[in-house]
This record gives sequence, structure tokens and C-alpha cells, in this order.
Amino acid sequence: MSEDSDVAQQYWRKNLKIISLLLTIWAVVSLGFGIALAPWLNQYQLPGTEFPLGFWFAQQGSIYVFVILIFVYAWRMNRLDDEFSAGQDGR
Amino acid sequence: MMGVTAWTNLLVGASFLLYIVIAIRSRATSTGEFYIAGQDVPPLANGMATAADWMSAASFISMAGIISFSGYDGSVYLMGWTGGYVLLALLLAPYLRKFGKFTVPDFIGERYYSQTARLVAVICAIFVSFTYVAGQMRGVGVVFSRFLEIDVTNGVIIGMAIVFIYAVLGGMKGITYTQVAQYCVLIFAFMVPAIFISLMVAGTAIPQIGFGSIPDGEELSLLARLDGLHEQLGFTKYTLGSGNTINLLAITFALMAGTAGLPHVIIRFYTVPSVRAARKSAGWALLFIAILYTTAPAVAVFARTNLIDTVEDKSYAEIPNWFHKWENTDLIAWVDKDGDGRVKYRAGNALDPAKPSFLDDRGVSGERLLSNTPTSNANELYVDRDIMVLANPEIAGLPNWVIALVAAGGLAAALSTAAGLLLVVSTSISHDLLRKWLRPDLSDREELLAARISAGVAVCIAGYLGIHPPGFVAEVVAFAFGLAAASFFPAILMGIFIKRMNREGAISGMLVGLIFTASYIIYFRFLHPELDTVENWWWGISPKGIGTVGLCFNFMVAGIVRSFTADPPAEVMKMVEEIRLPEVK
Repeated sequence: MSEDSDVAQQYWRKNLKIISLLLTIWAVVSLGFGIALAPWLNQYQLPGTEFPLGFWFAQQGSIYVFVILIFVYAWRMNRLDDEFSAGQDGR
Repeated sequence: MMGVTAWTNLLVGASFLLYIVIAIRSRATSTGEFYIAGQDVPPLANGMATAADWMSAASFISMAGIISFSGYDGSVYLMGWTGGYVLLALLLAPYLRKFGKFTVPDFIGERYYSQTARLVAVICAIFVSFTYVAGQMRGVGVVFSRFLEIDVTNGVIIGMAIVFIYAVLGGMKGITYTQVAQYCVLIFAFMVPAIFISLMVAGTAIPQIGFGSIPDGEELSLLARLDGLHEQLGFTKYTLGSGNTINLLAITFALMAGTAGLPHVIIRFYTVPSVRAARKSAGWALLFIAILYTTAPAVAVFARTNLIDTVEDKSYAEIPNWFHKWENTDLIAWVDKDGDGRVKYRAGNALDPAKPSFLDDRGVSGERLLSNTPTSNANELYVDRDIMVLANPEIAGLPNWVIALVAAGGLAAALSTAAGLLLVVSTSISHDLLRKWLRPDLSDREELLAARISAGVAVCIAGYLGIHPPGFVAEVVAFAFGLAAASFFPAILMGIFIKRMNREGAISGMLVGLIFTASYIIYFRFLHPELDTVENWWWGISPKGIGTVGLCFNFMVAGIVRSFTADPPAEVMKMVEEIRLPEVK
């Protein structure tokens, strides 16, 4: 039983680690690049276009990153789930 | 050649027929099917349904217009309404699916072992859903009246009848599959004009690239040209904001947390077969939403440039016909301040009060005269922001069937959201109030009947609110997010991530968050609108962003109260451990 809850705790800690990493990226691209740092980033342009970089993050870039973050989380967690159920085998 | 009205009748009629056929084929036969579609919706289909559920008449019709008129500052909506899905996918959806009951109040009630908590959640859910749904019904009426010359009342009644058929018959099952169809209709209707215009003005079929890249043979991108036009006419540069960073951060965060806390979105994740499916489904949902949300800023730039190019310094007679048509529907007004017969479009409101009230007479150039006082600035033009999407195809001179498509898309967006909201109302009443509180002895069949009746009644109330909208609806909808951010979101989040969070902490947190946010909004928006300026706001945060502060108070109060009160019962802590673990296959 204690072994079980050890595995469970490990699983939960890993999950929290993944969530914190992804949410950090989430905040950096939107609240960071899109808003707080946008005036500074606007001196640069997205290569090959005339999008001021801060403006681009606010209206385009952050949204693309959001989509990728959710799929990465789903993929990573579904794999973690597999490892976890493998660790539970033989009960 | 077919006219716009004939095309609109054809496309709207065909799409309605499709929704009804789907509804009849997917009738619900049990409460499980009525509430959560029997939990067998594939992740991809649920993604589409969620996208349609989420994207309302406001997203489809108004958002591009808002961005068009506010430029960079409009980004808060783009980031807020998409970023919320990341919170939902990482922090809420998988666990709520694992919990696996029917409604959001279900979770709050059982996690905090309290009927009071359940009741607070039910009241919030019903309040948020009704304010929101009135706007949708209004949207249906408006589209009907603009495109088919049916008056708003009849338009709303037609919309009600359609929603009635598939929501009452099919419940969540019927709604899910009609929403899939509605997503296809609305995204096609939004993208076709955008792609056409992008090809015409930017030489690329991808609007997301088109508005900022330099077309072949040109020196400037559209965005850079628009910035130039703005400076020339005295507007703030399109790509620059108002500069109130704290306020922008607060609004964006409140919209994100609010999105993640809206019951009609959360409930969609109860309908998929597993936790894995819930995670994937959130990704699909945001991908489908992102297609529209990344196109909207491009449409905003196309439409704004087009508008300025077409009207600025042109005489009334030489402006194309769409201008006169929309003037006749009260959405455009022109006052010839300098008497030179040419339209001047500048910064600031042209009229006082800002919304035009028309007289019966025509002026020297043939324009409709107004009873408003002209303001002292140089601007002569009033343009309603909703025109940007509705009239964009006409402004760009696109074929009639494309214009008609926009009407069908706007209706799909409004109906799909309305249905999702009505379901939240109906399940809150039949499941949370009746089955779980007043009449626990209800059989499944009786509960299903109660669900159908409350859905029917809810449709009628929504229709009534759509025909006679109370003046505060538009205001309240914008703040539904603040309220959701300050109440639902923290309560659910702490319920999952803080195992020792107890009933006392959660309820006091929710109440403090709600009361603080609501009082701030009511004070500035309803009691003292004249004080609603940045100098009077606390920490420079506007009522739209105050939900972020309410959320922080919620967390703080909940934490403090929890530390003085007893731990939750052992079985509740066990339940929390349970929802954190993956399913064993």
C-alpha cells in the first residue's frame, strides 16, 4: 500500500513539474512578450515581415504557443500515465 | 444572377435544416445522454463542439470590429479568450473529467461537502449563463433583421424555435453534434471572405501572414501602411497601445481565468470517454478556436485600411453603395462639419452623444441628418464596430454568396453558444436543485422530463430577454468573466491542488471574491459612471480587470480561513487523491 502511494506521489510531483514549466512559458509569451515587454520588443520586427515583434506576440504568436502547449501537455501526460500504469502492473 | 437575399435565404435555410436533421437523429433517452452525451464523444468532435460552444455572436461579429477600432489594445481579448484554454487544459479539465459527475456545482458541492457551496455555484452558473444567452438571442435577431429584413422579434422567435427543437429533444447529445456542424458553418463563413480579401490586398491566401508581410511590388506591408494612415489622420498608431500596462495585464488575466471558469465550457469536458481524451480534446478545441482568433486581427487590419481608403476625403456621392446601405440601417453616420461635402475621418467622437439619432430629412449632399450636436473635433464620421465583419465582404466587393455566408455563420455562432448555455441552466435546475437538493427521490425518467421542461422554459426566458434586452446586458456580459475569475476558477483550482482546502475556506474565499469584484464593478459602472477613469481606479485597474484582484483576495482569504478551521473529512481528501491519479485501464 505504501509503495502504491509512493508511485502516486511521484506521479503527482512529475505532473506538477510539467504544469509549472508549461505555465511559465504560457505567462512569458502572453503577459511577458505580449504586454509587459511589448513596447521594448516592438523595436524589432518578425523576420521577413513588418510585424512589430511585441504586437505580433500579442495578436498572433502567443495564440500559436498556447495551442502547442496544450498538445505538449496532453502528449507528455498521456505518456506519464502509461509509465504509471506499467508501474502498477503485477498487483 | 442570384441576389444577396435569395442567397441568404438559401444558405440560412439549408443550415437550419441540417441542424434539425442532426437533432432528430441524436435524441437523448437518459439523463446521462441529456447531461453529458453518454460520455462517448470523440476528442476531435468534442474539440469542434467546444469551439462552437465558446465562439459566440460576439466572437464572430464583434471581435474583429473591436480590434479594428482599438488596434493593439484589442489584444487583451485575443490572448485572454485563448490563454484561458491553457489553464483549463492543464489545471481543470482532466481532473473534472476524472471526477466524472454531471455539472460544475456537482464538483463544488461534493468537494466542499456542502449544499451551501453547491447553491452558491448554482446561482452563479445560472446568472452567468442567462446574461450571456440574452446577448446571443439578440445577435440572432440582429442578423435576421440586417440580412433578411425580418424584424428583430420574429428573428428571435425563429432562433428560439430552432434551439428549442435540438436542445429539448437532444440535450447534450443533440447539442454536441449540431455544434460540430455549426463549427464547420461558422469557420467556413469567417475564413472565406478573409481569404478572398487577403488574396486581393496582400497577394497571399493566408490572412495571418497577409496583414504584416510586404506584398510583391509594394514597399510597405498593410500593417505599416495602416500605422502611417493613423499617424496622418491623428489616431494613435495601430500597433501601439494606450500604455497602461498594469491594466492590460489585469484584464488579460481576468479574461483567461474567467474563460477557464465558465460552466458551459467546462461541462463540455465531461462528455469525452476518458481523462486522456479530455486532455487531447482541449488541444483540438483551442486549435479550432485559434483558426478564427488568429484570422480576426488580420480581418481587423484589412477592414480598417479598406474603410479609411474608401471614405477618407471622398465626396458623399462618390462613396460606394454599401456606405449608404449601412447608413440606412443606422450603423454609419456622417455630419459635414466643414461644409465641403467630403468625409473626414479623424480621431475622437464625431457626435455628442456618441451614438447617432437620425432625423427624417436629408442634407445638401444627400446624407441623413442627425439630431446630435456635432463635437468640436475634426472627425465627421460615426461607424458602428459591428459593421467591420458584417459589411467587410461588401466593402471588398465580394460575390453575393459570400455576403450571405456571413449571415449563416453569425447565426451558427449565436445558436451554438445559446444552446450550450441553456443546457447549463437546465441541468443546474433539474440536477443540482431538484435531484440533489429538493427531490432526491426523483427517478431517472422524471429527472429527464424535468431537464427537458427547464430547458424549454429557459429557451423562452432567453427569447424574451433577446426581444426586450435589459439595458445592462452588454455591460454584464463583459463582467461575467470577472465574476467567474473571482469565484469559480479559484474554488475549483484549490479543490484539486490543495488537498486540505476545506468548506469554510472555499466558501469564504468565493464570497469575498464575488462581493469585492461585483461591488467594484457596480460602483464604477452603475452608481458612479462619471468616476470611471484611471485616476479613480484602485491600482489603475479598470472594472474589466478587477476580477484578477478579486481572484487574489479569494486565494488569500481561503488560505487564512483554512488555517483556523478543521481539515476536510477523510473521504473528501481521499476523493482528491483519487482525481489526481490517472485511470487504471
